[in-house]
Amino acid sequence: MKSFDKKFEKIRRYEEEEKFYLASQWQLIWWKFKKHRPAVTGAIVLGILYILAIFCSFFSPYLATDIFDEYLSAPPQIIRIYSRDNGFQRPFVYGIKKERDPITLRLRYPLDFTKKYTIKFFVKGKPYKFLGLFPTDIHLFGINDGNVFLFGTDDMGRDIFSRVLYGSRISLSIGLVGVFISFLLGLIIGGVSGYLGGAVDNFIQRTIDFLISIPTLPLWMALAAALPRDWTIIKTYFAITIILSLVGWCGLARVVRGKLLSLREEDFTIAARLAGASEWRIITRHLLPSFASYLIVSITLSVPNMILGETALSFLGLGMQEPAVSWGVLLQGAQNLTVVAQQPWRILPCTFVIIAVLAFNFLGDGLRDAADPYAR
Amino acid sequence: MLGFIIRRLLLFIPLLFVVSIVSFVIIQLPPGDFLTSYIMQLKATGTDVSQETIQSLVKVYGLDQPMYIQYISWIKNIILRGDFGRSFQWNKPVKEVIGERIALTVVISLLTICFTWIIAVPIGIYSATHQYTLFDYFFTFLGFIGISIPGFLLALIILWIAHTHGYNVTGLFSQEFIESPWSIAKIIDMLKHIWVPIIIIGLSGTAGLIRVMRATLLDELRKQYVITARAKGVPERKLLFKYPVRLAISPLISTIGWMLPGIISGETLVSIVLSLQTTGPVLLRATMLQDMYLAGSFVLILSALTLTGTLISDILLAWVDPRIRYGGLGE
Repeated sequence: MKSFDKKFEKIRRYEEEEKFYLASQWQLIWWKFKKHRPAVTGAIVLGILYILAIFCSFFSPYLATDIFDEYLSAPPQIIRIYSRDNGFQRPFVYGIKKERDPITLRLRYPLDFTKKYTIKFFVKGKPYKFLGLFPTDIHLFGINDGNVFLFGTDDMGRDIFSRVLYGSRISLSIGLVGVFISFLLGLIIGGVSGYLGGAVDNFIQRTIDFLISIPTLPLWMALAAALPRDWTIIKTYFAITIILSLVGWCGLARVVRGKLLSLREEDFTIAARLAGASEWRIITRHLLPSFASYLIVSITLSVPNMILGETALSFLGLGMQEPAVSWGVLLQGAQNLTVVAQQPWRILPCTFVIIAVLAFNFLGDGLRDAADPYAR
Repeated sequence: MLGFIIRRLLLFIPLLFVVSIVSFVIIQLPPGDFLTSYIMQLKATGTDVSQETIQSLVKVYGLDQPMYIQYISWIKNIILRGDFGRSFQWNKPVKEVIGERIALTVVISLLTICFTWIIAVPIGIYSATHQYTLFDYFFTFLGFIGISIPGFLLALIILWIAHTHGYNVTGLFSQEFIESPWSIAKIIDMLKHIWVPIIIIGLSGTAGLIRVMRATLLDELRKQYVITARAKGVPERKLLFKYPVRLAISPLISTIGWMLPGIISGETLVSIVLSLQTTGPVLLRATMLQDMYLAGSFVLILSALTLTGTLISDILLAWVDPRIRYGGLGE
C-alpha cells in the first residue's frame, strides 16, 4: 500500500513537471504572477479604480459641477452605523448645521444630532448621461432630502468626493495615454538604435543619457508655462501628455535597445536568418514576442510617473485648469498653509493618488518577477 | 585616470551646449517675445512707454537680429559677464534674483544626498545580513511606501500634521532672519528648519538606495571569497566590513548621478509647498507669469548643475573603482 502511494506521488510529480515544461511562456508568467500576492492585490485595486473612473457619474452622489452654496468648505460627514439612541442600524450620516464663529466670524458646520439621514442605494439624483450616452438620474448611493459630503466640500461648495471620482478620469487616463505615446516613441527610437547600431545608436544613446540626467520638473514647468491659457481642455490634455512623454520614452527605448542587442545574437535569431526569414519577420515573429514581457513591466512601472507628473503640474496650476477636474486640480486648492490648516479635508484627494501609484508599483514589481518565468 | 577625466570632460561640453539650446528654445516658446510682455507689464503698472524706449530696448536685446545671433549674444553674455538677461516680473537682472536661491537649493540637495546615504547604507547592510527577518520586511515595505508617496504630497500631509500639533514647518528661516545678511546665527537658524525638507525630499531616494544596497550586498555575500574567509575563521564583523560592504558601497556612488535630477525636481516641488527661500517658488511664479528669461535661466542652471554632479560622481566612481577607468564595467 505504502509503495503504491509513493509511486502515485512520483507520477503526480512527473505530471506536474511535464505541465511546467509544456506550458507556454505566457502561461508560466501567469502562474508566477498569481503567486505574487501584493501584485495581484495591486491589479484588483487598479481594476476597481478604473471602473470607478469609467462609471464615475454613477458612483458619485453628485455631479462634479454641482454647487451647494449653503455649504461652502463644509467638513466631511462620517458614515456611522451606531447612534446613541438607536444602537446599531443601517449606515447613516448626521446632518450639519451652519453657524458663524462668534469670534473669528468664520463659517462652522457642527453636526446636527437631531437629524439622521440613512444612506440609500440607487437613489434618484441629478440627471446625467451614463457613459455619455444614456440619460438617467440613478446614482449608486445618496440620501433623500439632505446632503452627503464624504470628503467635505470645497470653497465653492462642490462635493469633493464626487469631484475626486470625476477627476480620476483625467488622472488615470493621462497615465495610460502618456505611456502609450512614450511606448511608441521608445519602441521606434529604441528599435532603430538597437537595430542600426553604430553612429545612430551612439547618437540616440547620448540623447537618452542627456534627457535622463536633467531635472525633469523644472523643464516640465517651463514647457507647460509656454502653453496658451485659452486652450480647450482636450488640447491642454494632449499637450500635457506630450510634455510628460518627452522624457518618459527614454526608459522604454533603453529596454528595447538592450533586449534587441542581446537577442540579435541568440541562436534562434541566427537560425531564422539562415532559414531565409526576412528582417521584418525576424523582428515581429521572433524578437518582439521574446521581450514583450519586459516591455509590459517597464510600461507598468512608468505609468505612476506619468500620473504623478500630471498631478504635480496641475497642483502647481501649470497643468490642467479649471473647469477640467483632475486629482492635481483638486489639490491645487490646498497649496498653502492656511487652507491646509483650516480645511484639512482638502488634501483627501491625495489618498487616491497614493493608492493608485502604490498599486501600479506593486503590480509592476510582481510583473517584473513574473516576466522571466524560467529563472526559478 | 587622467585620460578618463579628459574624455568625460570632452563629453560634458556638448551636453552643456544642448542644455543651453533647450533653455533658449524655452525662452523663445511663448507666443510674442519677451519685450512685448515687458511693455505690456509696464503699461499695466501705469508707466508710459514711448516709441523711442521700445526702439532702444529692441536694440539692447537684439530682437531685430536673426535667431542664431540672438542665441550667440545670449550665451556670450552669460559666459563673459554672467548676465542671464532681465526678469521683467522682478524688474531686476535674473542673476540678482536667483543667485542666493540657487545656492540654497544646492545646499539642500547636497545635504539630502548625505542624509539618504547615512540612513540607507546602515539599513541596507542590516537588511542584507538579516534577510527575511521582521525588520527586513518592515524596511522593504517602508521602501515601497517611500517610493510611492511623492514628496509634495508628503509635504502637504506633514504640513497639516505639524499644524495640528502647533508647529510651523514652512520656510527656511525664522521671521527675523529672512531679510537679514548672512551670519552664524542665521546659519544656525537655517539648520533648525532645513531638516524637514531634507527628510521629505530624501525619502524616496533613501527607499531606492536601501534596495540597491541590500541587493548588491546580498550578491557579494554569496561569493566564494566570503565563504573562504569564513572557513578560515575570520570573525563575522570583520568579514562583513572588510570587503563585501566596501564593494557594495562603490556602485552607490554612481547613484548620485541618477538621484540628483530627482532630488532637484523634488526640491523644486517641496520648496513650493513649504515656501522655502529656494528656487521652487520663484520658478513657479516665473512660469505662471511667463517670465521666460527667469524660467529659462533656472532650467539652464539647474540642468548644468545636475550634469556637473553626474560628472563628479562618474569621476569619483572611476577613482574608487579601477574597473570603470579601463572601460571594463558598465558597457
